[in-house]
Amino acid sequence: MTIKKAAAPRSPVTPRLVEPTAWRHVDLEVNGSTVSTEVESRLLLSDFLRERLALTGTHVGCEQGACGACTVLLDGRAVRSCLTLAAACTGREVRTIEGLAEDSLHPVQQAFHDHHGLQCGFCTPGFVMSITELHEREEPVSEDELMDQLCGNICRCTGYRGIERAARQSVRVATEGGADDE
Amino acid sequence: MKPAPFDYVMATSVADVVNHLAEDEREVKVLAGGQSLVPVLNMRLARPQVLVDITRVPDLQTIELTPDGELRIGAAVRQTDALEHPLVRRDWPAVVSAIRHIGHPQIRNSGTVCGSLAHADSSAELPAVAVLLDARIQVVSPRGSREVRAADFFLGTFTTDLAPDELVTAVHFPPSPAGTRHDVSEFTQRRGDFATVGVATRVARRADLLSECRAVFFGVGGTPVRVPTVEDVLVGSDPTTADWAAVATLLAEALSPPTDVHASAELRLELAATLLQRSILSAWELC
Ligand SMILES: Cc1cc2nc3c(=O)[nH]c(=O)nc-3n(C[C@H](O)[C@H](O)[C@H](O)COP(=O)(O)OP(=O)(O)OC[C@H]3O[C@@H](n4cnc5c(N)ncnc54)[C@H](O)[C@@H]3O)c2cc1C
Ligand code: FES
Ligand code: FES
Repeated sequence: MTIKKAAAPRSPVTPRLVEPTAWRHVDLEVNGSTVSTEVESRLLLSDFLRERLALTGTHVGCEQGACGACTVLLDGRAVRSCLTLAAACTGREVRTIEGLAEDSLHPVQQAFHDHHGLQCGFCTPGFVMSITELHEREEPVSEDELMDQLCGNICRCTGYRGIERAARQSVRVATEGGADDE
Repeated sequence: MKPAPFDYVMATSVADVVNHLAEDEREVKVLAGGQSLVPVLNMRLARPQVLVDITRVPDLQTIELTPDGELRIGAAVRQTDALEHPLVRRDWPAVVSAIRHIGHPQIRNSGTVCGSLAHADSSAELPAVAVLLDARIQVVSPRGSREVRAADFFLGTFTTDLAPDELVTAVHFPPSPAGTRHDVSEFTQRRGDFATVGVATRVARRADLLSECRAVFFGVGGTPVRVPTVEDVLVGSDPTTADWAAVATLLAEALSPPTDVHASAELRLELAATLLQRSILSAWELC
């Protein structure tokens, strides 16, 4: 029996072999659970959290570090998950907005609730994680440090006043002259 | 957008990094904090085939005082780590001020000091402070190691003296001469933005006159810029009564800043003159 090969359809685009990309093994802790898996080298931490772990509370706005919507805590420090490779997080500890509340709202979340710190909520997880970094700091935070931290996130809705009040409720701000300042 | 495919290597030693830079046939890039490189990858403005992550290399993670009393900051040291280091806070105030002006804490929590130097953005603060303080950049490659003076390292926007197979291992900041004071001032559209124009200054005071005056501008051209004519007229003067209009004229003769979406050349010149006066007076008040 012979099989007649059909003439290949002419494609307007020249087919091109896409190189298989490298995968890396990662072991990391996410919100207290150990995650052990393979990730594509180019996978961003933001996409790893959202697409692979279904932690969609971490939002993605600009993917270039400017908006802060994707902020998570990496070993306790607020970082941009859109500028962090998942493969680089092996051995590290990630906390996302889903990891904050236990039986009741986390104090920073409660402060946002108390002061109407959100409207549409798109920016909120990023702001809450940024402020949580300062909330957990043992020594008091200077006024400048608080403002610098808040400026690392953008909100298109609230006008920031509620967010600022929420931050002041949940962060220990040093009184004038008491903080380490320039 | 998402980065084009690449391979990722977590380096374990300096030799490992150098090996990858030298031996790998593919296009290899060093990944430090990723705060400049990853946006470029996300926008697909670059498509390296391999990224070698240097942040887990123990030899690159330290801040230390060398036997000569210099501050050595390793290439994996994050800007936040340097900012919070007691030694840096005590004796290198210009480095502290430069880092405080960089973006936001959330950026500095990943970005490295040496990455900012290697990236050489023309409006970055650390390259200007490296020039101000006569810093030296330590470099290794398969050909051995060498040291480059900051003044010779920056060649243009995003362009340095580094060859593609070279790794910055550390930056050395010498101690400042006794009695000198520093300031870093800049203009930004919004708090935390890249500077439109900025200046880093170092002054010393003797008999109520400036006995030393150094100023390094950023955001006025491709590299950090010193203006010797301006430094020369200011030395020997009292900055509180100096002829700042004449200084502005000298600046306008020496600088040719770019016009872009952020500011016109004229505005940049005006900012340079205003910031210079402000910065020198701030440093003077500390004397
Ligand atoms: C929103 C935002 C705001 C910012 N604002 C500012 C600002 O106001 N001022 C400012 O100065 N910067 C700013 N930055 C940039 C930031 O300072 C970066 O951290 C820094 O420029 C690069 O350091 P990195 O460690 O992140 O390097 P990476 O992004 O990892 O690398 C940058 C480049 O340098 C090369 N490189 C890095 N380390 C080495 C090395 N050891 N040897 C050889 N090559 C190396 C890489 O290959 C790459 O080409 C901002 C960034 C963002 C996202
Ligand atoms: S999505 Fe990461 S900073 Fe905007
Ligand atoms: S609440 Fe809508 S962006 Fe901040």
